[in-house]
Amino acid sequence: MISTEILAKYPRGDRGFLIPILQEVQELHGYVSPDAVDEISAFIGVSPGEIFGVASFYAAFRFTKPGKHIVKVCRGTACHVRGSSRILEMVERELKVKAGETTSDGLFSLERIACFGCCALAPVVLVDKEVHGRMSSTRARRLLTQYGGTHGPEEG
Amino acid sequence: MGDDITTVSVHVNLTVPAEVTDAINNPDHKWIAVCMGTGCTSSASTELHKALREQLDSHNLNGQVEVRRTGCFGFCEQGPIVVVYPGETFYTRVKPQDAKAIVEQHILGGQRLDRLLFHDPATNAVAESWHKMSFYGKQKRVVLQNCGIIDPENIDHYLAKEGYLGLHKAVTEMTPQQVIEVVSKSGLRGRGGAGFPTGSKWATARQAPGTSKYVICNADEGDPGAFMNRSLLEGDPHCMLEGLAIAGYAVGAKQGFVYVRAEYPLAVERIQKAIQASRERGLLGPSIFGSDFDFNIEIRLGAGAFVCGEETALMQSIEGRRGMPKPRPPYPAQKGLWGQPTTINNVETLAWVPLIIRQGSEWYANIGTNTSKGNKTFALTGKVNNTGLVEVPMGTTLRELVFDIGGGIRDNRKFKAVQVGGPSGGCLPAEYLDTPIDYESLQAAGSMMGSGGMVVMDERNCAVDIAHYFLSFTQAESCGKCPPCRAGTKRMLEILERIKLGQGEPDDVDRLEKLANTVKIGSLCGLGQTAPNPVLTTIRYFRDEYMAHITEHRCPAAACQALITYEIIDACNGCTLCARLCPSNAISGERKQKHVIDTKACIRCGVCYDSCNYNAIIVH
Repeated sequence: MISTEILAKYPRGDRGFLIPILQEVQELHGYVSPDAVDEISAFIGVSPGEIFGVASFYAAFRFTKPGKHIVKVCRGTACHVRGSSRILEMVERELKVKAGETTSDGLFSLERIACFGCCALAPVVLVDKEVHGRMSSTRARRLLTQYGGTHGPEEG
Repeated sequence: MGDDITTVSVHVNLTVPAEVTDAINNPDHKWIAVCMGTGCTSSASTELHKALREQLDSHNLNGQVEVRRTGCFGFCEQGPIVVVYPGETFYTRVKPQDAKAIVEQHILGGQRLDRLLFHDPATNAVAESWHKMSFYGKQKRVVLQNCGIIDPENIDHYLAKEGYLGLHKAVTEMTPQQVIEVVSKSGLRGRGGAGFPTGSKWATARQAPGTSKYVICNADEGDPGAFMNRSLLEGDPHCMLEGLAIAGYAVGAKQGFVYVRAEYPLAVERIQKAIQASRERGLLGPSIFGSDFDFNIEIRLGAGAFVCGEETALMQSIEGRRGMPKPRPPYPAQKGLWGQPTTINNVETLAWVPLIIRQGSEWYANIGTNTSKGNKTFALTGKVNNTGLVEVPMGTTLRELVFDIGGGIRDNRKFKAVQVGGPSGGCLPAEYLDTPIDYESLQAAGSMMGSGGMVVMDERNCAVDIAHYFLSFTQAESCGKCPPCRAGTKRMLEILERIKLGQGEPDDVDRLEKLANTVKIGSLCGLGQTAPNPVLTTIRYFRDEYMAHITEHRCPAAACQALITYEIIDACNGCTLCARLCPSNAISGERKQKHVIDTKACIRCGVCYDSCNYNAIIVH
């Protein structure tokens, strides 16, 4: 069972806990797998289709296994006016994936987030849970290199 | 203070150790505040805190000088922030390696460290203490009064600041009706956007028939560019919890929910700890203060859907459904969560409640303007010199906010517009700088109060690009339930996209306006009803700029990627960095010679512009 320990904490058959359960499953496994959806379905008594319907409504849920590092480029307003679109574009180009995808070597997943609320440090890029503020496309590129990304020409 | 309370209530342990009361309220207490908000922890304030502790240890000063982890000071731009008391010496951009000098020079030697003081770019002056800085000069920190002062994870600190006295007064001395009356009389209006009178909301929920009632704190601060609620929750979580408990008492609810964004992990953690601490003290749970009022609070995390900030969608989400709004009426106050009367208030609204109960409706009604009472917090960001969280009385003008508190525009550029109210608000140009900040004035100008995001733009920001940015956000976040919002925002976005590409048609601006008005009138919820505001205001105030894109295929601000050209000027010393970084090999030149960009091969990604250390690349 994928989510036995998680489900044990919640009352059986109470739909009100669907989203907290999905969040815990994703926190533990990195994504919500079809098997996990089936288990949750049996536990709260809502069809798998409907659970997928709820989960897919919310941007936070992933349905495929994410990469080793999750790179999140903030696209909030403060980041936008300070050039975050250029940063996202650069990361997409360097990693050869679009936002929402994972690199073929499984090293990075790239996501865009609406706003991290760190607007005073704009533009902001998150790698896993680390916040990196005052970014530029050049600094973001250097950041990826630290995590083993980018293969382009070196600076210096 | 703590002792007084214990004598009136035997059921609750509100005793605050004498040393805590002294640490919080004695102006001569020696302590160092280290900001532990998300902004400062992102700039290594955790390591800095540790370094200060170690330095004090090595000089045997532990026990004599307290190092306190506090919430946000608001001046996140200059973080990590450290304030040394007594004296309120305000140090900015402090690094862990500065800890030694702070302890040895300042604490032991009594010498201020001038290099860490804030140099005000606007006045060129050095600000030696917190309240002498222009950033704080016109601010009045009331709802934020504990942020930066108390340790948010220590309930004793909150209690020493008269915390939970509002709840105590409400529950032990007032009837629920009296609580509602005080809140109504104060003139408190919702801080989440629309500004609905809080007292009326509560009265409706109180009167509505139902088997159980609910109160919800809306902390789903989804507006991009807004972080007021995050800072408040991180810096003073108990004031929101106390406000929510008072709301519960007033409307007759036993259960409260805090719906908070999962993107705010630190805020979530602090709320969790605060709930736990309040339970342990009997401030949440059964028979609060020995009365028959039972109240509990649970946290629900948002899952990345902006529309869940809308109250009916938020309740759907708590029920474990897709967060799609429902038509109103019935209003949540009549039929809300699980069909029961439910009150939903914003974090900041609730944070005012304990203060109003404690200090009275007149005290509150005396702050602000005739129709908009109290102070409002704003997240001041974008192209201003001083970015951060600010709190000003209603009626303060946009000019005071941008130029006095914000210190004017960065790099001596020209002010262009300020976007008030996030994706639901509007872009106000220089002519509106003297607009007082209140619900009605902002609405009359085509914007709205919103939750408090305030993003300042300079001449390098393009009006069409900003409208496109906001609309692409609301379009993506539209839940898809009602056609005007689902299809209307999509069609509007397509038009904006082609204008940005220089492919707009002459009637496009009129077409946009027509569509915008249809979406406004026809949409079910606030998201669709307000989504066209950024488009309508930019057309209203910057129509020429739209026309330049359409008729001249030119972006006057040089921001729309398809319409710009990068050029290398004589300042180039031939360092070759840009040529090596250019992803399309569009830059050529010999080492130590001026380089050239092949505009045909250039994909306008801006990497050269961002990387040049000699400002030798311009865009036009």
